[in-house]
Amino acid sequence: MSVSKDKIKIEGLTGDAAIAHALRQADLDVLSAYPITPQTIIVEDYQKFAADGEVNAAVIPVESEHSAMSACVGASAVGARVATASASAGLALMWEILYCAASMRMPIVFTVANRALSAPINIHNDHSDGMGMRDSGFIQLYCQSSQEAYDTTLMAFKLAEHHDVLLPVMVGIDGFIVSHNVERVEMLPDDAAKKFVGVRTPVQPLDPKNPITMGPLALTDYYFEFKEQQDRAMQQVIKVYKEVEAEFEKLTGRKYGIFETYKTNDADIIFLAMSSMGGTAKVVADVLREKGEKVGVIRLKMFRPFPTKELAKAIGNAKAVAVFEKAMSFGAATNPLALEVKTALYGTKSRPIIANFVVGLGGRDVPPMTFVEGFEKTKEYLKKGEAPLYETLGVRK
Amino acid sequence: MAMDFARGITEFRWHGRGGQGVVTSNQMLGKAALAEGNYIQAFPEFGPERTGAPVRAFLRISKAPIQVYAQVYHPDVVVCIDPTLLEVVNPTEGLKPEGTLVLNTSNEPKAIRDKFGFKGGKVVTVDASTIAMEVMGRAFYNMPTMAAAVSATGIVSVDTVIEEVLNRYPGKVGALNKTAIERAVQEAKIG
Repeated sequence: MSVSKDKIKIEGLTGDAAIAHALRQADLDVLSAYPITPQTIIVEDYQKFAADGEVNAAVIPVESEHSAMSACVGASAVGARVATASASAGLALMWEILYCAASMRMPIVFTVANRALSAPINIHNDHSDGMGMRDSGFIQLYCQSSQEAYDTTLMAFKLAEHHDVLLPVMVGIDGFIVSHNVERVEMLPDDAAKKFVGVRTPVQPLDPKNPITMGPLALTDYYFEFKEQQDRAMQQVIKVYKEVEAEFEKLTGRKYGIFETYKTNDADIIFLAMSSMGGTAKVVADVLREKGEKVGVIRLKMFRPFPTKELAKAIGNAKAVAVFEKAMSFGAATNPLALEVKTALYGTKSRPIIANFVVGLGGRDVPPMTFVEGFEKTKEYLKKGEAPLYETLGVRK
Repeated sequence: MAMDFARGITEFRWHGRGGQGVVTSNQMLGKAALAEGNYIQAFPEFGPERTGAPVRAFLRISKAPIQVYAQVYHPDVVVCIDPTLLEVVNPTEGLKPEGTLVLNTSNEPKAIRDKFGFKGGKVVTVDASTIAMEVMGRAFYNMPTMAAAVSATGIVSVDTVIEEVLNRYPGKVGALNKTAIERAVQEAKIG
């Protein structure tokens, strides 16, 4: 059932503010967080809602991010709907508990304004924090806009709490580029949003009347089985995400997919990027197309689980893929996104050339011309028949 | 090869100093454009938050959803709300030849054209500092400078801007800003 237009509220909201509204409408039981730029507005706004009596959640201010995620795990274990937010160094301090949250199958929604890691201290955007946690067992969804941040935060609860999944979800937006960017956001009426998200039904909550132990010691005897189950849950995510999004689309008319394809059908060269860069890539593809270049774009939204088969199919017979990413895996064969893309394409017949451009570290602007530069280089690599494993663009060398 | 990555989008760049309300007036104009049915992006160039340091902010306004996420390099409109910045930054940098330059200054448009060698488009001057001091008794000159930009470009109606300002600042502050905005619209010089 779609919501009638006159009930939709249109507001100018930053990505952070849009997420705060989604958290307000998701009817949380507990929010526990520690402030860090550029995520702070999410929690500040949410605390305003709490102070004004607009939400019923217990807001637990803690002394560190390690404690924030720990409080979330505890609250989620008793069956509560739980969210937190962080970025950069704060996310890094959660490290140990991120693995606990995923392994204990706690459906926590973790909104992140992606930011560079120290040193040197840098408050601006890149994906080092998100890529650092990529093996923790969290589902990862990266958003392009404030609207998508709002929509995805609402969907994240349904995905996380689905009984075939029961995994925590990271919802990422680009720090400052989206977190502090006022955009047009359509919001559902509170009751429609609340109804969409529904009420969490915990499978096996902590309950003093029926005591159980969670996350206990498992050594050589059972630890591996826990991991096996965790992996199996991950395998369900794409299917459940599609169901959740189909329901959301009925309500709002909006959908994003596990990735978005743009003019890829006949494309020789495909730009592949995540978050706000995916938007810029589409604009560049439009301009290059007018000059007769067959360029398309894949904006990847879901990084974990990585949609290997689906992506290989979408890339199809393209001759080259130019991967633009905002993280470096020091000493690796190439960088996190390109590594996954290469793996996805290794078993395909066409095996396109893959160029990997590391851009925008520490918030360095990634203007359209950076994509044009990457495009020109990729064209050269196509001629040569090979590309370097990776290179950096937009940096003094 | 010239490429236009901002088709159908009107792009603004603001100059001011930390604490002068660059971010606020940028958002206010963005929200007015939103209220008139547009898509917007209003974002500042964040650095260490230091009062008095030069800051910039950017605004995109479009009838269609905006996909590009990068700073504005070739603005259609540049607004400089601090007269002392004209000795530090060149506000015409990257400004489209047919673009509009809006300055808070007591100088005439011609003097500004001569100073920066800007021959095309429009130059709009308004003595927003004096207006702010006379109307509000304080150096809140972001709104009157913005008002001059609004009236010279017609990007949104002045009434919509006033409505947004009154929403954001109910009571006396809003009323005084309204007066300052109306006076700036009257006094702005285009040349």
